Amino acid sequence: MLNGTTAEIKPREALRINPAKTCQPIGAMYAALGINGCMPHSHGSQGCCSYHRSHLTRHFKEPVVATTSSFTEGASVFGGLANMTQALSNIFTIYNPKIVAVHTTCLSEVIGDDIPMMIKKAKEEKIIPDGKYVIHANTPSFVGSHVTGFASMVTGMVKYLAEASGKSEAQLKAEPQLNVIPGYIDPADMRELKRIIKEMGVKTVMFPDTSGVLDLPQDGQYRMFPSGGATIEEIKSSGDSVGTIALGHFASHPAAIELDEKCKVPSALLELPYGLTNTDKFIHALRTHGGVDVPGSIGQERGRLLDAMSDMHQYFHGKRVAIVGDPDHVIALTQFLVELDMKPAYVFTGSSGKHFEQRLTEILGNHAPDAMIKQNVDLFELHQQIKNNPVDLIIGNTYSKYISRVENIPFVRFGFPVLDRMGHRYFPAVGYMGALRLMEKINDALLDHKDRECAEENFELIQ
Amino acid sequence: MSEETNTTTVTELDPAAVKAEMLKIYPAKTAKKRGKQIILNDPDNPPEIGANTRTVPGIITQRGCTYAGCRGVVMGPIYDLLQITHGPVGCGYYAWQTRRNLVRPPEGTTNYLQYCMNTDMQEDQIVFGGEKKLAQAIREAYAIFKPKAIAILSTCPVGLIGDDVHAVARQMKEELGINVMGFSCEGYKGVSQSAGHHIANNGVFKNIIGLDDKPDEAEFNMNILGEYNIGGDAWEIDTLLRKCGIHVTATLSGDVSYDQVKKCHTVQLNGVMCHRSINYIAEMMEKKFGIPWIKVNFIGAEATAKTLRKIAKFFDSKKLTDRVEEVIAQEMLALRPVREEIKAKHKGKKAALFVGGSRAHHYQDLFRDIGMEIVSAGYEFAHRDDYEGRKVLPTIKVDADSRNIEELHVEADPERFKPSKTPEQIAALEAGGFNFKDYEGMMVEMKKLTLVIDDISHHEMEKLIEIYKPDIIGSGIKDKFVIEKMGVPCKQLHSYDYSGPYAAFGGAINFYREVDRMLTTKVWKFITPPWEKDPQSATPLTHTTKTEAKNETKAWRKPAAADGAEG
Repeated sequence: MLNGTTAEIKPREALRINPAKTCQPIGAMYAALGINGCMPHSHGSQGCCSYHRSHLTRHFKEPVVATTSSFTEGASVFGGLANMTQALSNIFTIYNPKIVAVHTTCLSEVIGDDIPMMIKKAKEEKIIPDGKYVIHANTPSFVGSHVTGFASMVTGMVKYLAEASGKSEAQLKAEPQLNVIPGYIDPADMRELKRIIKEMGVKTVMFPDTSGVLDLPQDGQYRMFPSGGATIEEIKSSGDSVGTIALGHFASHPAAIELDEKCKVPSALLELPYGLTNTDKFIHALRTHGGVDVPGSIGQERGRLLDAMSDMHQYFHGKRVAIVGDPDHVIALTQFLVELDMKPAYVFTGSSGKHFEQRLTEILGNHAPDAMIKQNVDLFELHQQIKNNPVDLIIGNTYSKYISRVENIPFVRFGFPVLDRMGHRYFPAVGYMGALRLMEKINDALLDHKDRECAEENFELIQ
Repeated sequence: MSEETNTTTVTELDPAAVKAEMLKIYPAKTAKKRGKQIILNDPDNPPEIGANTRTVPGIITQRGCTYAGCRGVVMGPIYDLLQITHGPVGCGYYAWQTRRNLVRPPEGTTNYLQYCMNTDMQEDQIVFGGEKKLAQAIREAYAIFKPKAIAILSTCPVGLIGDDVHAVARQMKEELGINVMGFSCEGYKGVSQSAGHHIANNGVFKNIIGLDDKPDEAEFNMNILGEYNIGGDAWEIDTLLRKCGIHVTATLSGDVSYDQVKKCHTVQLNGVMCHRSINYIAEMMEKKFGIPWIKVNFIGAEATAKTLRKIAKFFDSKKLTDRVEEVIAQEMLALRPVREEIKAKHKGKKAALFVGGSRAHHYQDLFRDIGMEIVSAGYEFAHRDDYEGRKVLPTIKVDADSRNIEELHVEADPERFKPSKTPEQIAALEAGGFNFKDYEGMMVEMKKLTLVIDDISHHEMEKLIEIYKPDIIGSGIKDKFVIEKMGVPCKQLHSYDYSGPYAAFGGAINFYREVDRMLTTKVWKFITPPWEKDPQSATPLTHTTKTEAKNETKAWRKPAAADGAEG
């Protein structure tokens, strides 16, 4: 397995091998599914839409519906207006969504299709029925990654929908509402954020929200547009909120800043609430800006997490870890690993962005000064680095499992996508309870490995 | 259309009404187009079906793109051919390990299926051209892996910005001294994956087949074309043929090496499994090298036996014929009891199949083996000949989309055209009812008035389930959970839901058991909670003495009444 990978690292400028990222449109499609009654629409060749739907379906094991403009060569030469018009007519007639969220692809971007013009024309021609919405985001695959695609669609929600109603500050503060922009996380995580928010007693609007869309119960019925998702009215009202809590520099902060520019809503730009201190910051922000006290139940969750950390930290302390994934995930998770006294050794993302390296240098500065922090890098290089200087644990998406098997290194699946295990579909990784689950997974991976590999005389009943 | 309210009551017995019900909601233009792709079957005289035509924009379709057909399907499984996707990161990423083409390369060979290599094109290459980056990527790949050959697969932007992958391939071939070949399989090139199959066939034929004239030493030597070793199917077929004494030089493309493809023109016979994806290579090999091809099908026990007999008849050897009969008898001995047991449970149950370019036909044989009925079927990306049979080939109109795909002009090779049969032998076989290069398509084997639906849409699938209530559906990943949310089990026939193999006799047994599992699992019966079934059925509160508990006389100690599972 992977026997073409050697420890010798030859310079590469052009060849990407085993990427740790994918393209923008899939992120835009995922974000769009977090709007209630929304049909994501891929403006380009139908292969893009097919690949994205397949990939998201494998990660969630849920129906993922989306439409496509189904370009052929003709559309590629003459432009995609006719395809877009016909698509919108079919979508509203047949599927009748409340809103269509268009994202572009390489194809429509290279030929320069003007989506706002197309939407305007379709509105004038009544192809978009009254009371229905069409929004868009530009997401060519030759820019950014699936993470920026997600961010662009969330920003698109703000651009098209958010509005300040002109109520006075006193009116808004009378019944204050906070926005939460949760980032590129799973439906189970969004569900957990809402539970915490409810427990705290804060009135919020969360968008996107894929819980209730991509984690549906089995009740013998299929609903193309289930009850979940942020409603258009909720997203509109985000312009009237007293503040925004945006989780993740790459996936969520751009939309929060857009909302500030558009509706003058200030924001707390936080990291994803993985682990103890990032969850503390989230709770603290909710408490302060929502004007509530932290209930005892939340305090107890925190206490139970901390208790587990004190009980078990000997198994985490000093362990060398390779972490690879999406930048917001990696930044917040690395923070948690530091809290667990682990030693991040390779901290990699396939996406690009200087913030990644700057922020991780801050986090790891004193704790793990030798850690290798890299953006715009791939799994092939991670494997080569591990061959040169091994680690005790790999944390990454499912594609990392090949490295784990070849090098016999314990592995924890984390992030996007997870294609071969079920937990992420039901159990959160955010908040104090999510942190406990992450800890359990790491601990199990390390101790299972020890139990399997250690000499018989060291095989112990109790740990 | 929408204003003409259709008040017909749809019954299972009236497929014309089902069709009308499916089309009812569509805007007029869409209804007209889709109407041509939904056909009431007549096996004696298959009606014309709209196929291999453009997907209607805005319709939720199963279809993918040309790149997926070329890179994902045909080229992907050649395990030691290093393949570089030229384009932005996504296309290569999605084609990475997502089809289940299992491979067992010999010790020491690098299996490139585990690697996703691409040029990760960025905006400046879109503006200034990506050829330099591609050439550099090839150099780097060669420096790291030292492969025997390299293929370049193009994605949408490549064609639009005018990168010449073929020129880069020629340049790098000269520079590196290995075979480097380009494929212009941009996603927009055709109406589905099908165009990509054709482009891949052309490229393999031009660049690989015929590079090594030394045949494998074998008395009966053939290729299996259009078999992708999903879940190990090709291994089942190979093992079965070996048992009979037949050697397979190459399986295109399943667990196959570059070197095997190079010499696959040295065989006596080509057997075509998936007609849609590979008939082009079969045709071209016949023209250039004189190798006859026949349609084979190893999906289903009866189909497998029929195919083995057909192959034996071709080779015309008593030894082989006897051996084939012996093997069939042995295999059927093991298979029959399983089949009968499962048939007894599921005879008459209904299946529907919407997948691929051959599987929606082949898998009908497996369901028929266990007495199940096919209520509707259709392909995702096939052409009219796959439905109506190759006899309609001369009448298929070549439209603008098909014209984009190069038709190679192939002539008999002056030295290497060596048919394994003389024209007289071929004539004699044909006189005896043997069909060469023939595929009769799906429709002749399906019942009269069964609905045949090409490129089924999401809406049509929903209607079909609502009206026909099939017991099981064979489809793909994008539909699977839509169908299962409705309480109908769905078998993915691209990936087999990570099980299999299903080919040949051993595979058939796996499939029967798999269908049995899906039709008997308790899970669908738990959907209605007990309080909705019978609000009075809660376990009552009762007083229990210690003596009663010890003697286990209380009702709750006795086996409980059915609580949903038996439902």
